[in-house]
Amino acid sequence: MMKFRFRRQGTDPQREKIKQELFAFNKTVEHGFPHQPSALAFDPKLQLMAIGTKSGAIKVYGAPGVEFTGLHQDTIAVTQIHFLPAQGSLLSLLDDNTIHLWELVARAPREVGGVKKEGGLSMQEVGSYSLPGRPGIESCSATRVTVLLLLRSCNLLCIGTEGGGVYFLELPSLSLRDCQTLLQDQITQISPVLLYSGGMPRASYGDRHCLTIQQGKEHVTLDFTSRVIDFFTVHSTEQENEFDEPPALVVLLEEELVVIDLQTPGWPSLPTPYLAPLHSSAITCSFHVSSVPPKLWERLVNAGKAQQGRQHIHKSWPICGGKNLAPPAKQQELLLTGHEDGTVRFWDASGVALTPLYKLSTANVFHTDCDPYDNPQDPGDDQDVQQEEEWPPFRKVGCFDPYSDDPRLGIQKINLCKYSNKLVVAGTAGQVIVLGLNDERSDHLVDVLVVDLLQDREGFTWKGHDRLEPRPKPAPFTPGFQPLVLVQCLPPASVTAVALQAEWNLIAFGTSHGFGLFDYHRRNAVLARCTLHPNDSLAMEGPLSRVKSLKKSLRQSFRRIRKSRVSGKKRAVTTPTSKVQEANAALAEQEDIAPVQRRIEPRSADDSLSGVVRCLCFADTFLRDSTNHGPTLWAGTNSGSVYAYALEVPGVGIGRVCERGGAGEGSVCVEAVLGKEIQLMHRAPVVSISVLDGRGKPLPDPYEASQDLAIAPDMTNAHSVLIASEEQLKVFSLPKVSAKTKFKLTAHEGCRVRKVALVVFNSAVQEDYSEHTLVCLTNLGDMHLFTMPSLRPQVRYDCIRKEDISGIASCVFTKNGQGFYLISPSEYERFSLSAKIFTEPFCCVHLNRLSEHTPASDGSIAQPQANGTHKSQMGQAEGQTEEPQGILSSPILDTPLDSPLSCADLTLDTTGEITVEDVREFLATVDEAENNLKNIQEEEGRSSGILIN
Amino acid sequence: MNKNHRVPSNRSLSAVEVKSKFGAEFRRFSLDRSKPGRFDEFYGLLQHVHRIPNVELLVGYADVHGDLLPINNDDNYHKAISTASPLLRLFLQRKEEADYSTFGTDSLTRKKNTVLSAVLLRPDAARKKAPVIISLPRDFRPVSSIIDVDILPETHRRVRLYKHGQEKPLGFYIRDGSSVRVTPQGLEKVPGIFISRMVPGGLAESTGLLAVNDEVLEVNGIEVVGKSLDQVTDMMIANSHNLIITVKPANQRNNVVRSGGGGGGGGTASGSSGRSSDSGASYYGCSSQGGVGAAASMPTHIIQNFPVGDLDSDEDDEDLVIDARGEAEPIRRASSNYSMPSLPRYEPHLNLRAAASSTSALSINANGTLPASGSSGSLSNTNATLSTPSPDRATERRSLEEDGTVITL
Repeated sequence: MMKFRFRRQGTDPQREKIKQELFAFNKTVEHGFPHQPSALAFDPKLQLMAIGTKSGAIKVYGAPGVEFTGLHQDTIAVTQIHFLPAQGSLLSLLDDNTIHLWELVARAPREVGGVKKEGGLSMQEVGSYSLPGRPGIESCSATRVTVLLLLRSCNLLCIGTEGGGVYFLELPSLSLRDCQTLLQDQITQISPVLLYSGGMPRASYGDRHCLTIQQGKEHVTLDFTSRVIDFFTVHSTEQENEFDEPPALVVLLEEELVVIDLQTPGWPSLPTPYLAPLHSSAITCSFHVSSVPPKLWERLVNAGKAQQGRQHIHKSWPICGGKNLAPPAKQQELLLTGHEDGTVRFWDASGVALTPLYKLSTANVFHTDCDPYDNPQDPGDDQDVQQEEEWPPFRKVGCFDPYSDDPRLGIQKINLCKYSNKLVVAGTAGQVIVLGLNDERSDHLVDVLVVDLLQDREGFTWKGHDRLEPRPKPAPFTPGFQPLVLVQCLPPASVTAVALQAEWNLIAFGTSHGFGLFDYHRRNAVLARCTLHPNDSLAMEGPLSRVKSLKKSLRQSFRRIRKSRVSGKKRAVTTPTSKVQEANAALAEQEDIAPVQRRIEPRSADDSLSGVVRCLCFADTFLRDSTNHGPTLWAGTNSGSVYAYALEVPGVGIGRVCERGGAGEGSVCVEAVLGKEIQLMHRAPVVSISVLDGRGKPLPDPYEASQDLAIAPDMTNAHSVLIASEEQLKVFSLPKVSAKTKFKLTAHEGCRVRKVALVVFNSAVQEDYSEHTLVCLTNLGDMHLFTMPSLRPQVRYDCIRKEDISGIASCVFTKNGQGFYLISPSEYERFSLSAKIFTEPFCCVHLNRLSEHTPASDGSIAQPQANGTHKSQMGQAEGQTEEPQGILSSPILDTPLDSPLSCADLTLDTTGEITVEDVREFLATVDEAENNLKNIQEEEGRSSGILIN
Repeated sequence: MNKNHRVPSNRSLSAVEVKSKFGAEFRRFSLDRSKPGRFDEFYGLLQHVHRIPNVELLVGYADVHGDLLPINNDDNYHKAISTASPLLRLFLQRKEEADYSTFGTDSLTRKKNTVLSAVLLRPDAARKKAPVIISLPRDFRPVSSIIDVDILPETHRRVRLYKHGQEKPLGFYIRDGSSVRVTPQGLEKVPGIFISRMVPGGLAESTGLLAVNDEVLEVNGIEVVGKSLDQVTDMMIANSHNLIITVKPANQRNNVVRSGGGGGGGGTASGSSGRSSDSGASYYGCSSQGGVGAAASMPTHIIQNFPVGDLDSDEDDEDLVIDARGEAEPIRRASSNYSMPSLPRYEPHLNLRAAASSTSALSINANGTLPASGSSGSLSNTNATLSTPSPDRATERRSLEEDGTVITL
């Protein structure tokens, strides 16, 4: 796994220093809505809100940009949270009957490549307590905590238990006042509330998730999209206005957070600046745009504002605790997410709070069953639709709507040219839509072109879904991105790759059958190429029967789901004994399962789905000879084939782009000529293709060179092409396509390449020093960094748990070394590989603590592993032995959230007990150099240390 | 790569073009594929066309995989004729000067200055003595071998499977399991990877060197300790064209018992002890028994079953690059917005024959010579993947191959 780090090539201290200045792995912030929230609390003094989750995370939010995250040592549901008002501390009660005290503490300044960076505040667990009892006996529920009550002085916590006893716990030392324990004498009553959830007539509305607000004659029953977890009112604790009208009601639902403005008549809901339910329809793909031009940004913001329309924001966000100290973002960043319902959402990803900007729906290009024509307003936007003739007076609130009208609308690929404002969106039914930005409303008919990717290949009949019917009449399109052309691939299989070259007005798209090239300026299909292998019959059967070929994996995943369900239930009541039982049961279960076998056979040409087009790329390079460069199109398939086409684009001369649009040119067409076909011998799927200029740097994006936005590519020296397959990274010289350098990742490490990106890393120390680096995410969830174009391995970081397949599949990189991946259906984890550039919360809260104290000595926190899994006991032991201040120095690493998708699943195969530590242990005996490495590796978890090879 | 190969003008499938090389001289003639005759007639013909009637000859030919194989009886003579595609390249040597080590897998596909060229161009190169010919083991392409017997513990076995150009599947499965190790603390159960199943008739089974429940310790020099089943699977597949696995056989009774003194590969069971300079191990220098120093100095006792350099070379996975020159693809202009008719038609691969007349610019090895630069290894694989068991199909495919602009890869 880490063999390459031990290569005996002698480590160059200079190089090591540069590496530390360039690379550093940190999980920086989580965007989106926490998965499976289970508790809610509000501190009216500090104006902070806390949300606990079933996976043991606590997230504290204040004003936008003010965020803290804490993760309990065990993935146990948080059942209650109580703030110690104004103290910046909170108590959490977990499902395992333990009480934990958390504090906001100043973060030690961190050192990156020799440069100190100011730390802000971070949240840290300072102590925990569990009631004495007889923990070995499960039936003894007498000490199960049911109620927590804080005295106003914040120095005493009253604990009510199921047995009826009341215990008193001194704060903040968490010591029990033994003498004062009351046993079943006194029962604390909670005062009744004015707002209430539930209370509906069970027969008629028992299935609704409701919360009723009643004030005088006004009466509204909010009808939510998911279960109500808890709610609070934003209020003040000042004596004189204690009974004033609360300004807002905050309701935590299972899938989103809804805030109701109680001071505006009609009680409208407020849009949230963070905690957006990313998964209001399931995310199917994502695309990141860095350094968005201000003009485009402004137009998008305006388009978004126009969409919100009626529900104009009068009020500012009511939860305003803390102060965001982070400097305003130097550049605007866009994150585009494609969704199952055919929408593309544009998010402001410039800072800590991921805020919705604009939503684009592609459904109105098509004629679907529930035609948006009949109902021009998207139901997702109508938060305040009053349903009449009903009692109680229901009002639908919230935007969580996971039910897609038509799965074929799902977005599969997105590409945006930020200079020409052209957007390409491709979907599940072979639809490729080219959109342009328009600030005006427009009614027009979208041109439709059909491209047959089978090219009369005989013997194939498509048995999958039909194509979507394009709308026959002109449709109204709101300001924003409006469709120009719809290209429909036939057969209508899901689009697997898309490329956009706005400077040449070309798009390329691929499916499991082939790829096509389309000139959207002339509305002319230039090329269609079938990539099917003659023996590949499976490709034609459509998505449903394709699953059949994956029968085994499907069966396995079902088994896993079933298992996770079982263990999830068990987790509900976790006592020490049940833990042991659970472990034994898991062990027994493992023994029962027949050993998983893997067939060892080389990939063959007629493996199913060999024709799937995996990547497409445009480049201005040398394909035919070494003197004349010109436009080219590259396509890579699932079976290791690469096709390179030389393009004749009118107006694009040799190395120079002329203005297009002359009347005479209109008749000249783009032409494509096959230049090269490359068959990778190992036949692994081609993950990525990119062309490098004479200096070994990736070619700039369209328009960047011609508008002097980037350094012009070196066209004098020979170009090369980087072809990354699942198994190997390989750089070929052009135009001969002879191998220059390569790295056989799978042969050496046993992992396969999943995602690849060419990233610029800036030095944290030297202002003007940067390097182009190849970042490679593998199926094991680790990041490998390689120099370009020499492909020398630099660093490896554990990033995502290997079981978290959707996390790995969703990962998207920015151009400066950051990235996002889904840790749950509703949350993106943002990470940074760069020592210089990272986006993380940097904020302060004015505290009014009663007494300063030192954290309890046993308060050290276990180091959660990448993606939140807790390390084995061994890892914890390591964590405690040395460098306790490391906990302070990188709080983000202490607190990544678990990925709840997979937190409960047990691995099926018996490899579970092999951990990275085991490997380390073994390797430690090999030689001394590795010992050094091991030390560094151990520190990796909590300091911003770096892996060195 | 840019060589313009001559395409025979009036090709007939029944004729086999023969290009025979003896010393520096070439002879060209043709044979009837359907009636090749007997080997001794052929032998006489060769002596005749080269005008060396009384010279004892060793006849070799380049097969489709680029291997130099001998022709010394009717069977392999007929095989050579039937598989010639379409050119049959013959290499003649004087028997007394013959160098048998040139025969075998990959013998022709090595880098340019291979043993073959060295021997054939300079037949008088210092060859001490011709080995005794018993059964000519090198007449056969190796499918597997036990290697590194001299450096591995007796309980371990390192097996090399030559998948190259084989029709047979590798044919085995692996699984997770646990093995018991002796440690200072006593017996300890550790997870391991095991062979779980053999496919009947597969390469792994046919070698007899691997068996169910053998523990897999290394894959191409990289230890599998700590790696998951899926990782090991991926490593094996990534190395499948030249798989070297080190196993601890479940059945330890057939182990090689070496006499004391470590006398090298003398008394090995298989008799074909070659030492691998294991690419993975030496490259990364981390394997305990890795041939770190081994690659540099080869012990003299090695029997050259396969050339050493062969292992390090990357020829084994050379990718195939087909240069499609511009004229190959006429692009028609779109006349209407409806794209169907405007798109250029790419001839479906199955209809290559129909496409044959249109273009012939891209003839890949139509007359059988190997491409100029290092794509030779991949060429063989192309053929391998193309060939089908049915001889009829094979013939048809061959004809397609030489004609087609588009090559089915």
